[in-house]
Amino acid sequence: MKVSDELLSQHGITESEYRKIVGILKREPTLTELGIFSVMWSEHCSYKSSRVHLRRLPTRGPAVLQGPGENAGIIDIGDGLAVAFKIESHNHPSYIEPFQGAATGVGGILRDIFTMGARPIAAMNSLRFGPPKDVKTKHIVEGVVGGIAFYGNCFGVPTVGGEVVFSNCYTQNPLVNAFALGIFRKDQIFYGRATGVGNPVIYVGAKTGRDGIHGATMASAGFGEDAGAKRPNVQIGDPFMEKLLLEACLEAMHKGLILGIQDMGAAGLTCSGCEMGARAGTGVEMELDHVPQREQNMTAYEIMLSESQERMLLVADKSREKEVFEVFHKWGLDAVTVGRVTADGLLRVRHHGEIVAEIPNKALADEGPVYQRPLMPPASAPGGKFDLYPFLDGCSSLAGVFLEADANPGNQDYNRLLKLAAGSPNLACKQWVWEQYDHMVQSNTMMGPGSDAAVIRVKGTKKALAMTLDGPGYRIARHPREGAKLAVAEACRNIVCSGGRPLAATNCLNFGNPEHPEVMWQFSEVVDGMSEACNTFDTPVTGGNVSFYNETLGEDIYPTPVIGMVGVIEDLSLVTPSSFVDAGDAILLVETAQLLNGRVDLEEEKALQNFVADAIRRRLVKSAHDLSEGGLAVAIAESCFSNFHRKAEGAEVEIPSRNGVCRDLFGDYTSRIILTTTEPRELRRSAENAGLACLDLGKVGGRLLILKYEGHRAVDIAINELETAWRQGLPQLL
Amino acid sequence: MKFGVVIFPGSNCDHDCYYVIESVIGKPVEFIWHQDTSVQGFDAIVLPGGFAYGDYLRTGALARFSPVMSAVGEFAQQGGLVIGICNGFQILCEAGLLPGALLKNVGMKYVCKYLQLRTETAQTPFTNALSKGQLLHIPIGHGEGNYFADAETLKRLEDNGRVVFRYMENPNGSIHDIAGIVNGGRNVLGMMPHPDRSSEAILGSADGKLIFESMVNALVTK
Repeated sequence: MKVSDELLSQHGITESEYRKIVGILKREPTLTELGIFSVMWSEHCSYKSSRVHLRRLPTRGPAVLQGPGENAGIIDIGDGLAVAFKIESHNHPSYIEPFQGAATGVGGILRDIFTMGARPIAAMNSLRFGPPKDVKTKHIVEGVVGGIAFYGNCFGVPTVGGEVVFSNCYTQNPLVNAFALGIFRKDQIFYGRATGVGNPVIYVGAKTGRDGIHGATMASAGFGEDAGAKRPNVQIGDPFMEKLLLEACLEAMHKGLILGIQDMGAAGLTCSGCEMGARAGTGVEMELDHVPQREQNMTAYEIMLSESQERMLLVADKSREKEVFEVFHKWGLDAVTVGRVTADGLLRVRHHGEIVAEIPNKALADEGPVYQRPLMPPASAPGGKFDLYPFLDGCSSLAGVFLEADANPGNQDYNRLLKLAAGSPNLACKQWVWEQYDHMVQSNTMMGPGSDAAVIRVKGTKKALAMTLDGPGYRIARHPREGAKLAVAEACRNIVCSGGRPLAATNCLNFGNPEHPEVMWQFSEVVDGMSEACNTFDTPVTGGNVSFYNETLGEDIYPTPVIGMVGVIEDLSLVTPSSFVDAGDAILLVETAQLLNGRVDLEEEKALQNFVADAIRRRLVKSAHDLSEGGLAVAIAESCFSNFHRKAEGAEVEIPSRNGVCRDLFGDYTSRIILTTTEPRELRRSAENAGLACLDLGKVGGRLLILKYEGHRAVDIAINELETAWRQGLPQLL
Repeated sequence: MKFGVVIFPGSNCDHDCYYVIESVIGKPVEFIWHQDTSVQGFDAIVLPGGFAYGDYLRTGALARFSPVMSAVGEFAQQGGLVIGICNGFQILCEAGLLPGALLKNVGMKYVCKYLQLRTETAQTPFTNALSKGQLLHIPIGHGEGNYFADAETLKRLEDNGRVVFRYMENPNGSIHDIAGIVNGGRNVLGMMPHPDRSSEAILGSADGKLIFESMVNALVTK
């Protein structure tokens, strides 16, 4: 075959990469081989730009049973149980085809979990869009949320939390990051390894079609004007099929029929085949004529690169092949032996009697190119006018009002400002979104969407799991290293406020074009910040995903690493809500000695979190809510609002006077937590012993939210009126 | 006393129902596979929530053809207790064991939330532990829960006290705010809300447990 420059560029392969391919094969590749290399060496599969940096992340710890490199990370939660969890992006497909793009993102991450033998018990997602008033954004939001609901609800996994953020930079490049977590016994973990020469390689699940060919390559380039033309690269999801696949896989695993298993996600049959061989140091030989196909006359190239959903590749002991078929047929699924494990370390693919590809598995999976791309700090960080009020980013109509109040805090109507803030896109209640998700199936949800962290109980134990997603894009754009630390600190703080101890993290690193030195600099800084913070909090990163090329027409998004943090709550009775509980409870503000904005002192933050964790363990705390965007006023209001379990409760509070009323009400300062308690004196004493400031702000109760400032009532509003503004904000915009 | 929970391909509340019966109310329970042709040995059958057959064609429309459904039909005819929750209610309607149909929610979207139900009658084997007018905190999670029946059927349901639960705030457009009904023999209940998700206080409400306990009462006194 003549390999032209044009063919190489269509495959996203550079000239030097091509020379490396020829060196490995000691000949020119076939077209199928070129396709296989192009997906395996794509940014999406090979991490070629990020690998040198990712090595700096801490990945080990006492709880870690499996770090990066497998389908998902695994941690030990005690009682003989383990959880597998991971977050992954589906940004590019979700812009092109929001509904299916988001749906298949959920499907992919769920397969990553159950391919390891764990039953998925919780899902979350982190979503970022342009400003909601944009017509195209409305369509994307509607599609993405609908797609997540469509897939997760039918599959039967509760979507228990996540985030929804609006900002200009995501208008042409929304972010859809899907997280899933599954549970299993720690002696029943399955890996993607093709072990045992002569054992059958079995294909199970949906048939292979022409959908999603080159999905991984698409995710490894930016979008131009013709983004819509890439729609055929997006896969179509069938959650019902995935549910059957889940049950069949778990049944086959529990019967001891499976030696190794991997889902066919990005790069489909190619990726699962060569990675399973590479991990086991074996070869994998496949006969494509046996692959179940839903379209006619598919070429070897198409079969190998298809990203049709709901498929798995597994290796079984040769004496138990029939039993595998029986389990899958019981669930109405295809299960076909498509090849064998060999000793030669090669991925050998036959089609119509001919060998169409023959490549060392390790060359594909482990020996892809690695780039140390140039780094350069940007000439100037994006303007910092929202440093104190990051919720205003992406909400231009309100920005003027708040910046004016910031400059002239004296003569303002703070009732009005608080209502505006509470109803603004980034702070408003996201009920419109999460009511479309089944967040209760599996009957474990103790705290669902809308709380600081989602909490699910673990059946058969007295424990619960807490989990949260955080990715403060604006902060990170302003200062990548400090922003990354803030993201980790906030994620841990959310877990601690719910009564838990953070154990480990997963990350989804959404960045712009890695060929822009500024983007690689941001990436490197974020990795360093994240490493430092994860070391401080003893929360190793057990895996995740890098998504580059989040740019449209040359415009990069904010660097947006999303941290998924998982923690354990040792006893169900320690689960702590973020909402106020009873009228008459004292409201305390605990904070670090320095009032910081846009950065965090990790040691002080750790002292704060240790204090709160200890106070919860001593049962001194009735509610705990971390302060975030929107500051003290919004945090107190959120804790007042009604939820199913109780009506709205007002509060009367004295706001400490420091930097002017607007900043003291709405300013986003780091490392602060509001606690409610019946033992304020004891809490204050312990806080002071820990070197923390602890202020008695006031009491829960009444129908009004009263925020006093220097003796005056800066805010004096019926809590129901404020809650209406908060609940109506998003539906009104969408 | 033995409960059976039917698993259709795509059921996803099967384990939740099983858990409540086994671990919350502490009664024997087994799964029943959709291809089984007999339900002999069971005293009560649960058709759980989920997306049987992916809800393809129409919710419940394919599941009614599962072999187990003829056995469930006979069981019901002989007075056996059958409760269909959410998708199970949809299947009971499609199978003709309950009248009416469940249409797409008026809001056209899936809705998952807690809400309040009013108990309309305690005179059923599913509500004997409740009192008429009692309010229950029970969540819903469905896209097709908008109950519809023609005027004649509705009249029959209302006149014979067969509307068992009504929504205090209608979330889906159901006619007469209907959330659950029984058949003429009062031994088959279909309801959209999920008692299986609200049988333990740590999940927000234990009101759903009263429905399972009513079934146990009915079986004990039978």
